[in-house]
Amino acid sequence: MRVLALAGRRLLSSVPTLLLILVGIFLLLQLAPGDAVDALIAQTGGGADAASAAAMRAEMGLDLSVPAQLANYMWRLVRLDLGFSSIYGKPVSTVIFERLPATLLLMLAALSFAFFFGLVLGVLAARRVNGWPDTLISTLGLIFYATPSFWFGLMAIVLFSVHLQWLPAGGFEEIGSGFTGLRRTLDIATHLVLPTLTLGLIFLAIYLRIMRASMLEVLSLDFVRTARAKGLDETRVVVRHVLRNALLPMVTLIGLQAGTMLGGSVVVESVFSLPGLGRLAYESVVQRDLNTLLGIVFVSALLVICVNFVVDLLYARLDPRITP
Amino acid sequence: MDPTRRAILLTSAALAGNVLMPQRSFAQQQPQRGGVMTVHFATEQRILNPSLQASTGVYIVGGKIQEPLVDLDAAGRPAPCLAESWESSADGKTITFRLRRGVTWHDGRPFTSTDVQFTAMEMWKKILNYGSALQQFLDAVETPDAQTAVFKYARPMPLNLLLRALPDLGYISPKHVYESGNIRENPTNTAPIGTGPFKFLQYERGQYIIAERNPNYWRENLPYLDRVVWRVVTDRSAAAAQMEAGQILFSPYSSLTIADLQRLGRDPRFDVTTKGNEGNARTNTLEFNFRNPILADLRVRRAIAHAIDVPFFIENFLGDFAKAGTGPIPSVSTDYYPTEPMPQYPFDRRRANALLDEAGHRRGAGGTRFTLRLTPAPWGEDIALWSTYIQQSLQEVGIRVEIVRLDAAGFLRTVYNDWNFDLATGWHQYRNDPAVSTSVWYRSGQPKGAPWTNQWGWQDDEADRIMDAAQTELDPAKRKALYADFVRRVNTELPVWMPIEQIFVSVFNKRLRNYANNPRWASSSWHDLWLAS
Repeated sequence: MRVLALAGRRLLSSVPTLLLILVGIFLLLQLAPGDAVDALIAQTGGGADAASAAAMRAEMGLDLSVPAQLANYMWRLVRLDLGFSSIYGKPVSTVIFERLPATLLLMLAALSFAFFFGLVLGVLAARRVNGWPDTLISTLGLIFYATPSFWFGLMAIVLFSVHLQWLPAGGFEEIGSGFTGLRRTLDIATHLVLPTLTLGLIFLAIYLRIMRASMLEVLSLDFVRTARAKGLDETRVVVRHVLRNALLPMVTLIGLQAGTMLGGSVVVESVFSLPGLGRLAYESVVQRDLNTLLGIVFVSALLVICVNFVVDLLYARLDPRITP
Repeated sequence: MDPTRRAILLTSAALAGNVLMPQRSFAQQQPQRGGVMTVHFATEQRILNPSLQASTGVYIVGGKIQEPLVDLDAAGRPAPCLAESWESSADGKTITFRLRRGVTWHDGRPFTSTDVQFTAMEMWKKILNYGSALQQFLDAVETPDAQTAVFKYARPMPLNLLLRALPDLGYISPKHVYESGNIRENPTNTAPIGTGPFKFLQYERGQYIIAERNPNYWRENLPYLDRVVWRVVTDRSAAAAQMEAGQILFSPYSSLTIADLQRLGRDPRFDVTTKGNEGNARTNTLEFNFRNPILADLRVRRAIAHAIDVPFFIENFLGDFAKAGTGPIPSVSTDYYPTEPMPQYPFDRRRANALLDEAGHRRGAGGTRFTLRLTPAPWGEDIALWSTYIQQSLQEVGIRVEIVRLDAAGFLRTVYNDWNFDLATGWHQYRNDPAVSTSVWYRSGQPKGAPWTNQWGWQDDEADRIMDAAQTELDPAKRKALYADFVRRVNTELPVWMPIEQIFVSVFNKRLRNYANNPRWASSSWHDLWLAS
């Protein structure tokens, strides 16, 4: 119950931020020349007559003034109506919910991969600080961090799909295969291996650096010396005493990066032809589909707020001195 | 390693392959049934029905599901499809089509002349881009019986123009599906129902479209393929990788990077060719805004053309996929391409400088005469390269060029609606007859904001007169002569310069058979396409 009340309070306090973001994006997109009808005509290759273009503008409400359009949008949002997507010809909520599973799956897989291996490699590096494992791990981390993800993705496709033919080169699942149950899960998993690695490696590098630094810091604290003096073996010291305290900055990072991952996957989604929110957002900007873009911003902002809420709860679990 | 020798060996191996290939792969093979054709689908569309939207992005899907009245044969001549024959009255105002018997829609209902009537009057005339201009003077379509459609025009309609336009602008939709409700919002628009060799099955946005074999297709025992799958791949390099991994068998309309096209062209597994796209020619443009007094001076426009070395650009940036253009009508359009030479502007920097001096634009500080803004269209790598090349070439004759890059919607709005540009560059798409989408680039009186039309502020009575006469001229020889006059006039006045001619490039996996066997193959129905194992 207390958690629910807390969640409600959190959501309320983020309403002003959400409003600011939505209005800001709405106004920013007004600065871009051209509207959804121009984008549609660009796609058809011309030859449209002026009357039908005007009719379409009226149908989409694009002939109204900017404040009137904004007011219309906000009024719909209050009634939890995200509007109609001009590109997809469906309600925005449907369009977004179709894309959400792929995005969340990719984000969760990449985050868990980065978090787990970042943690393990960070601990290993800290345990052998300045030794060869540390140098090797740190160098690898630097390489992962410095490599652009589109290049990483393309090279992974060239190696694993074109030359070795181990994994599919793109897509979310085998098209028209009719797989169900476990077979389908496996199929989707094999399609997600390369995108997860590509998206996860950059974040892995960050987690690794943070974990290493944080471990080194905690290792030098007094209570670690006390634990050792008690005669605890090294594994127990590291796992029970050091790791738990060193995890705090990592958890903070997850909260921060959940947002980045949602937006940052445009590149990975395009390279691997995945139907995610990042590509949808990019297309909405190019097509001037304001409703869809604002809908995505709204949903992503909600997701980030949720993730940060969970992170706050985790803090309290890891460190009893903090109360959410 | 001796690169020259290696290159020669590779070339001779490729030549030997070319000579041997036809016998091995075509003459002695029986078509095999079954298999799945996978297609690179680069730009997702809002609708898939080609009777409502004329664009390559729609034909690549809808052209397998729906069919036009008239198609093009291997030599590019109009060939029967849903119409078996046609004739025109002497005054050119009545054109009669006899329709094919025994054709059914994918939902089982028969195809009749009322479908043609409904599509022509409600879709081509009212909604279809380019169709609405083409059918502007179509008064009615009469249906004396189920197999006859009689088109009644208020002004003479040259039969040649209509037959060349119909393969693209003549797709038929089922009346019984569309007759009630708003046509634009009909759910069938993204789940088309047609008479074609493939039946629509599924469209997953952002992922794929599937169509399967139509067992009741009117061409007996066709098609050979079981399915066609279009894979949505927006990243060009990723699409090239999927071609190599065999996940995609065909990438149409120059959708890969120029570097990848050249690389795959050297790979024996692929055929990289302009073949099968002759009906989709385009020219690169340089558009002048006459509201800028500097550009309203013919000497300046000619100087700009003389200052740019087009053959050098083509050789070094576009390679084999382009050639120097001679005007708005590309050389593949043999029916209308002028036989006599037309005014041209070969590279001549001294002449360019002289013309600019003569126009009174002396070099000022730093050798600059004046500054212009160049707005390139965002489609196509060649346009980006071409705009940079223009910038550097004009720098040499003292014209400073600032490049203003915009996305698709921004480009159309800025150039064709706000007229906020000095120079613009993009593509002019030629659609088999100059009256379809070429004369609008020059004819005055275009509505403001209509893209790819004369928005330059240029008006020329002589050019207008020629275009209007050609639009309704029934005699093919006279029509051709009129279009030669047209090219001569616009090449002299130079409101738009069209110095490069290109045909789209396709990449085929060589397992495919019967590909590229007509001039609009990517758009055509693929009823005879098959896959070798």
